[in-house]
Amino acid sequence: MSESVTEGPANADVVTGSDMGVDPSMLLSLRGVTKNFGAVQALRHVDLDVPAGQVTALVGDNGAGKSTLIKAIAGIWEPSSGTKYWLGEKIDTHTPKDAANLGIATVYQDLALCDNLDIVANMYLGFEATRNHVLDEITMEKRTQQTLHDLSVSTVQSVRQLVGSLSGGQRQAIAVARAVMRDAKLVIMDEPTAALGVTQTAQVLELIKTLASRGIGVLVISHNLNDVFQVADRIAVMYLGTLVSSGPVANYTMSSAIELITTGTVARAA
Amino acid sequence: MSTSSDPTPATTATRTHKPTLRGRLSELIGGDVGIVPVLIALVALVIYFQIRSTVFLSADNVTNLFIQAIIYIFLGMAEVWLLLIGEIDLSLGWVAGLSGSIAAIYTNVQFGWPWWLAFLAALVACTAIGFLWGIIVTKLKLASFIVTLAGSFIVEGVLLYILDHVFEGGGAPVQSSILSNLTNGTLTPTFTWVFVVVVVALSAAIMIVRERARRVAGLVVAPFYRIVVKLTVLTALGVALALLFNHNRSGFTPIVGMPLAVPMVFAVLAIYSFVLSRTKFGRYMYAIGGNNEAARRAGIPVNRYRVYAFMLGGFTAGIAGLFYVSRLGGYSSSSTDSSVVLYAVAAAVIGGTSLYGGRGKMTYPVVGGIILAVITNGLVLIQISTTMVYVITGVVLLGAITVDSLARRSQTLLK
Repeated sequence: MSESVTEGPANADVVTGSDMGVDPSMLLSLRGVTKNFGAVQALRHVDLDVPAGQVTALVGDNGAGKSTLIKAIAGIWEPSSGTKYWLGEKIDTHTPKDAANLGIATVYQDLALCDNLDIVANMYLGFEATRNHVLDEITMEKRTQQTLHDLSVSTVQSVRQLVGSLSGGQRQAIAVARAVMRDAKLVIMDEPTAALGVTQTAQVLELIKTLASRGIGVLVISHNLNDVFQVADRIAVMYLGTLVSSGPVANYTMSSAIELITTGTVARAA
Repeated sequence: MSTSSDPTPATTATRTHKPTLRGRLSELIGGDVGIVPVLIALVALVIYFQIRSTVFLSADNVTNLFIQAIIYIFLGMAEVWLLLIGEIDLSLGWVAGLSGSIAAIYTNVQFGWPWWLAFLAALVACTAIGFLWGIIVTKLKLASFIVTLAGSFIVEGVLLYILDHVFEGGGAPVQSSILSNLTNGTLTPTFTWVFVVVVVALSAAIMIVRERARRVAGLVVAPFYRIVVKLTVLTALGVALALLFNHNRSGFTPIVGMPLAVPMVFAVLAIYSFVLSRTKFGRYMYAIGGNNEAARRAGIPVNRYRVYAFMLGGFTAGIAGLFYVSRLGGYSSSSTDSSVVLYAVAAAVIGGTSLYGGRGKMTYPVVGGIILAVITNGLVLIQISTTMVYVITGVVLLGAITVDSLARRSQTLLK
């Protein structure tokens, strides 16, 4: 069920997290985030808490505002109003670089991988290791192998394989592993299992759990409630731009979740 | 299969591979299987022409052939910078002409500039033109095909105007001995051998050092015989060329030694290859060509790199122009036409560069350029009419890209 939120003071300049009832142990907190695109209110006063070391599933029907919310967190859209907090401190993510510097890594549905480059090159894209201006292939290869090993990604034969030759699940794993290698503290994943088969879905869900067990906060958008109930520690439901419900997964059942997604309310007590 | 937990360094590739011909070939070349059909075609063509006309492999003709190939090679390398990021520059043929003309004009006695200043002016002009196309393409978001097509007309017009008006009688003859020596100069026979030895020794040293470093770090290394085979082929080629070039190729005063142009091409090839494969700059070129959006999200300033690619294309075309005017002995309005740039693209593509971006190496236009020169040179030697030369060139290009596409279709492992 929703955490209670107290109204903050009118002067937003000196507001601190605790003024808004924000728990500083929460990795990411949003208060009153609103986003308008012209006349369309894509997000309406969204209050969301994402703890570290847990998997928070963001669910909702098409058009509920899940992707918009993610983009507002990742610095792609600037919210029309509202505040974002990181470990209790007010933050602004104007650009994707700001978000990345904080430790927010977003894995989009299209994964943003270069098929013509190998795994090592993709993992280090944008922040390659160099020695005297020459690419330090050996260091990058070793660290890539280490990261994949730590994340128990065992199905990849060689880190020198071209990414274009990998399966969907492996590509997803590489995209996530890249976030981990960049010391991400919060990994946002947009529909990670949408295009995957059964075995690959299981691999990705395992990976998500591994991330959380390493203390990383994971925010997963998913349509698939089966997947959600398998991995999530918390669920947040969006309905027509509003966050209508959030809380520990134990508070939800499949049917109550479906009802919240489709109608925005739940008829009987959860 | 990860070797990170192995206490001992891996000495063989531990991935399972079917011991097929493709598998072995792939391991040998390092995964670049597509180049093999092209090399086979090259060898086949050489054999064919040598059978049909015994002077084909004569010292004189081979030297001629290399000098002819150099223009295609440099222009091909210029296009590779653009093809890698998924763009194209159709003005490079005329830009090369402009470069050669500027160099010839300013080293002419009427202006008397020192050679290095004239060369610099030529190269700066070409790079600036590339910069201009790059800015137009990125800021106005126009297709490079159209921008450079329009640009090719503009540059052609400007060049023809300059040539018709700079000197009495038009044209720009080569008067500088430095400019002339670009294609006419030779290394002494001793230095020819020195060059071959140095190249083989350096290649061996680099390959061995790299393998050792990987071994020490505990990473998978390719089988050692791969290095041995590569060095053997390189040595054989080097020795064959040295013997050929050191053979007297002139009936009158003896001309011996490797053309100066060969080490120069090699130097440019080595520098460009190094940049592409060993630096961030090169890596970003491949990334942008492979997935522009992914590169952008990774923080790579894609538009800036796009402009750099156009500049490098222009600069390299400028180098090609210097050699071109050197070979022709001068430049006039009838020296070239717009089809030259298509040979540039053909050279890059025959060697295996993808037109869609993300795939290509600087060695590809070298192979492609040599094939194009072999075809035109060989067909003329066996007295095929010029019209048929065009048809055959086109057929070869089509064949090359078909074979290349089929060969790479199932390629999955290793750069």
